[in-house]
Amino acid sequence: MLFFIARRLAQSILVMLTVALIAFTLFQYVGDPINNMVDQDTTLAERERLRQELGLNDPPPVQFWHFVQRVSHGDFGVSYRLKKPVAGLIAERFPATMELSLISAILALGIGIPMGVYTALHRDRLPARLFMTLSLVGISLPTFLIGIFLILLFGVQLRWLPTFGRGEVVHIGWWSTGLLTKSGLQSLLMPAFTLAVFQMTLIVRLVRAEMLEVLRTDYIKFARARGLKTRAIHFGHALKNTLVPVITIIGLQVGSIIAFAIITESVFQWPGMGLLFIQAISEVDIPVMAAYLLLIALVFVIINLIVDILYFVIDPRLRVNK
Amino acid sequence: MKLRTFALATVAALALGATMAQAKTFRYAFQGDAQSLDPHGLNETFSLGFLGNVYEGLTGYDAKMNLIPALAVKWETVNPTTWRFYLRKGVKFHNGSDFNADDVIFTWKRATSTESGQKARASLITGMKKIDDYTIEMTTAGPVPTLARELAWLYIMDKEWSTEHNATEAAKPSAAGRENAWATTHENGTGPFIVVERQPDVKTVMKRFPGYWGKPKTNVDEVVFTPIKQAATRVAALLSGQIDLAYPVPVQDWNRINKAPGVKALTGPEARTIFLGMDQARDELTNSSVKGKNPFKDIRVREAFAHAIDLNAIKRAIMRGASWPSGLMWAPQVNGYNAKMNTPYKYDPAKSKKLLAEAGYPDGFTVGMDCPNNRYVNDEKICQAVASMLAKVGVKVDLLAQPKSKYFAKVTASGGYNTPFYLLGWTPGSMDVHNVFMNLIACRNKERNMGKYNIGGYCNKRIDELTDLIAKETDPKKRQAYIDEGAAILHKEFGYLPLHQQPLSWGVSEKVSVAQRADNVMDIRNVVVNK
Repeated sequence: MLFFIARRLAQSILVMLTVALIAFTLFQYVGDPINNMVDQDTTLAERERLRQELGLNDPPPVQFWHFVQRVSHGDFGVSYRLKKPVAGLIAERFPATMELSLISAILALGIGIPMGVYTALHRDRLPARLFMTLSLVGISLPTFLIGIFLILLFGVQLRWLPTFGRGEVVHIGWWSTGLLTKSGLQSLLMPAFTLAVFQMTLIVRLVRAEMLEVLRTDYIKFARARGLKTRAIHFGHALKNTLVPVITIIGLQVGSIIAFAIITESVFQWPGMGLLFIQAISEVDIPVMAAYLLLIALVFVIINLIVDILYFVIDPRLRVNK
Repeated sequence: MKLRTFALATVAALALGATMAQAKTFRYAFQGDAQSLDPHGLNETFSLGFLGNVYEGLTGYDAKMNLIPALAVKWETVNPTTWRFYLRKGVKFHNGSDFNADDVIFTWKRATSTESGQKARASLITGMKKIDDYTIEMTTAGPVPTLARELAWLYIMDKEWSTEHNATEAAKPSAAGRENAWATTHENGTGPFIVVERQPDVKTVMKRFPGYWGKPKTNVDEVVFTPIKQAATRVAALLSGQIDLAYPVPVQDWNRINKAPGVKALTGPEARTIFLGMDQARDELTNSSVKGKNPFKDIRVREAFAHAIDLNAIKRAIMRGASWPSGLMWAPQVNGYNAKMNTPYKYDPAKSKKLLAEAGYPDGFTVGMDCPNNRYVNDEKICQAVASMLAKVGVKVDLLAQPKSKYFAKVTASGGYNTPFYLLGWTPGSMDVHNVFMNLIACRNKERNMGKYNIGGYCNKRIDELTDLIAKETDPKKRQAYIDEGAAILHKEFGYLPLHQQPLSWGVSEKVSVAQRADNVMDIRNVVVNK
């Protein structure tokens, strides 16, 4: 087990290095950062000096090597645009993205699982059909459109909810939270729902399919034959067995919720890491882009590691084979 | 312990909220944030305009772009290279310390430091002498008739405050700069507003400075500024009443905004001229069907292009009536503008076809065109319209529209001026015509820092001479004659094809009255909130 984790960690470092290398290759094509750092009156000589100082004249492999060297010392550099250390910027934005992702994951599970169970148990009832139609809409509409639609309806027409930002936040140590203020909670509703829609529809369909599968198995038939209560069969046996693959998928989806947050954050001007990244792209702020991509890679690596370990815990057969 | 701090904070916040109820708050949004609080950081219109509410220069601009006294009460030229500025007395910085001549000299030195974005401006001055605490004499290498205009953007910092916080130089963008970065996140200006809270990219809160020397028109006590990147989100925030002013708003949203209750679109000509440029330097264009020669070196081809483009159609169909077709490379708000010289090229496709045939292209040719798609108002759409207009006279345009970071990297000096035909916009930072001559029209000359944005490489020796004369001439009449001569040469030689002045596009709540400055600067001194 320990050997397995150690090997996985070593592989993770390789993955991160690859991500950083690909990122640095891509940075050659995003534009010229110098143009966004100087004004139209800056002399060409001055621009050249700046380029030299930032090491932008070095070939990409050399730039990459310098980046890796600095990162291994825990230094992510300074944002070209905001002139602040990147690590600090990301730390500032991290709570916003995490709260948004977490709440939307809870929303997706809290609404998605009951809806999935309902549609599986009562396939022919009208609400079940309605849910399935809705989930089709949810899975096919782009996040951007859903966000804009919600803003127009609840923000502009009804004026119930704020259309942008995070509202008032409370600082607890280095963590900033919007969960403790009214305006913070109000601001969270629309973005969290927007981000949750895709995962929610995915969960509804997954739970429904798995549940239908399980309901057909022999042990459910035997349970019925034994005269167990329907309720106990459905929730005690069927749902429990349904959830194993669902949880695996959801674990993997947490990563993509964080990554998908980019679009939601930019529609709602949510001050998270995704918005920081989008702004970094438009201004060719290479240190911020590099750090963000590395962080997202790290998140995926960690999640995959946890999922792998969970397999060992859940499935005894894997342990026997080793 | 934590809980108690939290409770206290809540009580304090509630108490603050209660007193804030009577205060007049102005909320506004722009598409981005100021890059830094350092007045000698990036020399960019939005950042400087934003900081103009907090900091001040010796001179300033009023709502109509007239030059007015700010931290200097008056100024005079002792001789063409020596200026004397009389400073305002009784001015206080936000930390309470007094403003005097030492701060001006310190500011000048700081603005010339290596990483300063104001270096070009500050270097116009070669020496500064303190006559007394409130009189300063500045010398320039040659005559700089525009000096007082330039100084409007050179914001004065407090010497003691900067020294105390080790911010005597502008911060470096690289890792080494962390130690003197205090002024990028803190301010101590003399302006009417104090920054009380700032989260870059998220929110900036400003409060009225009670010790301000002037009596501005504004009745605003508190300003909340939020950058909102997405145009749709920005407009929605305005329509929902969460903000009082949003800019820029898309031109195509004007109808929707005007129909909505309580808000209106505010528009006027911006001091930015949009124009087309043609590569007249290379012997063969980088992207064209014509090989072995450069068609743009033939004046008839340039003239043909000029007559093929229908400026009024662009105005009508793309700019919704809100553009001001131009025959000059600078706008009426720019010092040195002469309305008599402003004659746009006539739309005459028949003449255009004839000229192309005379030049040896009866069937036209194919040429690449570069265009930004997120820099100017409807930039990509204008390029598409130009392409279809040129198609009518037989010229096939191969359009490449891309985001500004990529576009500028390709077409400017750093990309080797790699474009045969392009669209660009220009507002002279100094609001003086010399800036346009020096950057766009003069021959490219790296050593003399001239023609830096002359992407097409247009070059006329007489215009170079005129550029130097305009820089130095202090007699307004003679100077205007030089400017007009230069304008006439450029017009006659079809060096550039000016299109129009683009519109400013603000969305404003009816609860506030604002002044829309032609340089797109939001000066809160002019904002009045009506209850």
